[in-house]
Amino acid sequence: MDTNELKKIASQVRRDIIRQTNAANSGHPGGSLGCTELLVALYFKIMKHSPAPFSMDGKNEDMFFLSNGHISPLWYSVLARSGYFDIEELSTFRKINSRLQGHPATHEGLPGVRVASGSLGQGLSVAIGAAESKKLNGDKRIVFCLCGDGEMEEGQIWEAVMYAGARKVNNLIAIIDVNNQQIDGSIEQVMPYGDLRPKFESFGWNVLEMDGNDMQDVVQTLETALASTGAAQPVVIMMKTVMGQGVDFMMHTHKWHGVAPNDEQTKIALAQLEETLGDY
Amino acid sequence: MLTEIMKTSEVKEKKDTRSGFGAGLLELGRENPEVVALCADLTGSLKMDAFEKEFPERFFQIGIAEANMMGIAAGLAIGGKIPYTGTFANFSTGRVYDQIRQSIAYSHKNVKICASHAGITLGEDGATHQILEDIGMMRMLPGMVVINPCDYNQTKAATIAIAKHHGPVYLRFGRPVVPIFTPADQKFEIGKAITMREGRDVSIFATGHLVWKSLQAAEILEEQGISAEVINIHTIKPLDEKAIIRSVQKTGCVVSAEEHQINGGLGDAIAHVLVRNNPTPQEFVAVKDTFGESGTPEQLMKKYGLDSTDVIEAAKKVLARK
Repeated sequence: MDTNELKKIASQVRRDIIRQTNAANSGHPGGSLGCTELLVALYFKIMKHSPAPFSMDGKNEDMFFLSNGHISPLWYSVLARSGYFDIEELSTFRKINSRLQGHPATHEGLPGVRVASGSLGQGLSVAIGAAESKKLNGDKRIVFCLCGDGEMEEGQIWEAVMYAGARKVNNLIAIIDVNNQQIDGSIEQVMPYGDLRPKFESFGWNVLEMDGNDMQDVVQTLETALASTGAAQPVVIMMKTVMGQGVDFMMHTHKWHGVAPNDEQTKIALAQLEETLGDY
Repeated sequence: MLTEIMKTSEVKEKKDTRSGFGAGLLELGRENPEVVALCADLTGSLKMDAFEKEFPERFFQIGIAEANMMGIAAGLAIGGKIPYTGTFANFSTGRVYDQIRQSIAYSHKNVKICASHAGITLGEDGATHQILEDIGMMRMLPGMVVINPCDYNQTKAATIAIAKHHGPVYLRFGRPVVPIFTPADQKFEIGKAITMREGRDVSIFATGHLVWKSLQAAEILEEQGISAEVINIHTIKPLDEKAIIRSVQKTGCVVSAEEHQINGGLGDAIAHVLVRNNPTPQEFVAVKDTFGESGTPEQLMKKYGLDSTDVIEAAKKVLARK
């Protein structure tokens, strides 16, 4: 699949994010819009995976873990659009009796989700465990894990970073969504922890960087990351993104982290996002 | 099931329950290649060294990072492994409650959380390490199985048995050397209470180290003309409600006995069953809403009201309320 086709899917996924959060009158559009290129590239180009039937153990498949679970509307859209479940189910997001919980869960049996996330800082540890199980099983596929940059403030993240570096978990690719925003403001305002690159490097990680909203760069960097697996280091990609990417009034602010667009705002947003695959 | 036992004074052999865990884990490792073990820098204390030595590729030294250990265990379970985590009960529960809740319990991961040095018999290290709230925390989690075996043999049998249960399990055991009074060849059945001694006047439901104390108490009560039934509730969740109700319908009063806070533990679980099915006077042998302190296990059991004399006193008190 070429970059133009991936971009078309991304535009549809962004429409799904806006429509889901609007219909639920809640949810997290900002980070979801920012990470759209990454998830589209992973599920439609990079990962070897089998949407149906979905297998929990993911043997001989690449696996993806979403540690910053609040960007669920993005993940749900990508899972549905890549065949894990019917796209009509997106209309149930955050509603009673739905499999599409506010934050991702396995409890209702949603295909594609392997562990609950939402309480931050836990996903990287789980991804490491899944990567270790692949090694024990002689399975050469790769485990991907997306974390937020605000999430880097959780202590458990650094336990996991330490472990993966020390144990050379080289079948793991972590991606950090560096959008410099969290609920109470920018990273600099809330907890100015400085540059992530030397922190990861000092723990023994191979650090790559990419523009997370440039589809070509995303695909190329993910391919470079894949080529770097199997060496002596785990791989992390510092992915610069703009929170709210693709909808002008949502960009460059933390204000749309956890606020849904109303009907009027939804109209304006959808006018900026081409319907390429058909709305659900 | 009535287990034939000798008089408590005739039981000579003693071992710590954590060694039962270590022995069970090693045996299980030989039987089941999917079993893996994780430890947070307490391999010797948890008696996991034999497993580590024999199966180095299936043993994960995590370092002093319990939250990460719970997450990695969840991930290993996703890949089809049966992970056994090992650290002190305090660091197996309170320290990592949210990790257990989200990544293991809510996600229904097949992780066995194995917790040593539970309760006040941890002893000299003091209250920072003496967790007395762990049963409460764990039994509140939907789908979590909670087991507190009473001696070496039962801990070993439970360690092996829980591998066959698909889902999260909390297995609680301890540090002190205590009598071995259950059979070495026992079959451990999750959720099935064991009648250790039959009686007519009072039902004593005990778990963990208090089973032995309750058997000692029952012998003294017998000398005083009181017939006490002693039931070993090794599984606190799921609770053997039928066994509890059956015994209480015969005796008409209850003593619950546990090395745990009075709030949230076995006593609460039993009271909850009885108040719905068969309201019955009950007395609680448990720690009375306070933290522990440094001391020998024996001193602490006495000071915090967890000795056989406390079981006897509770039995007499509840008999008077019948």
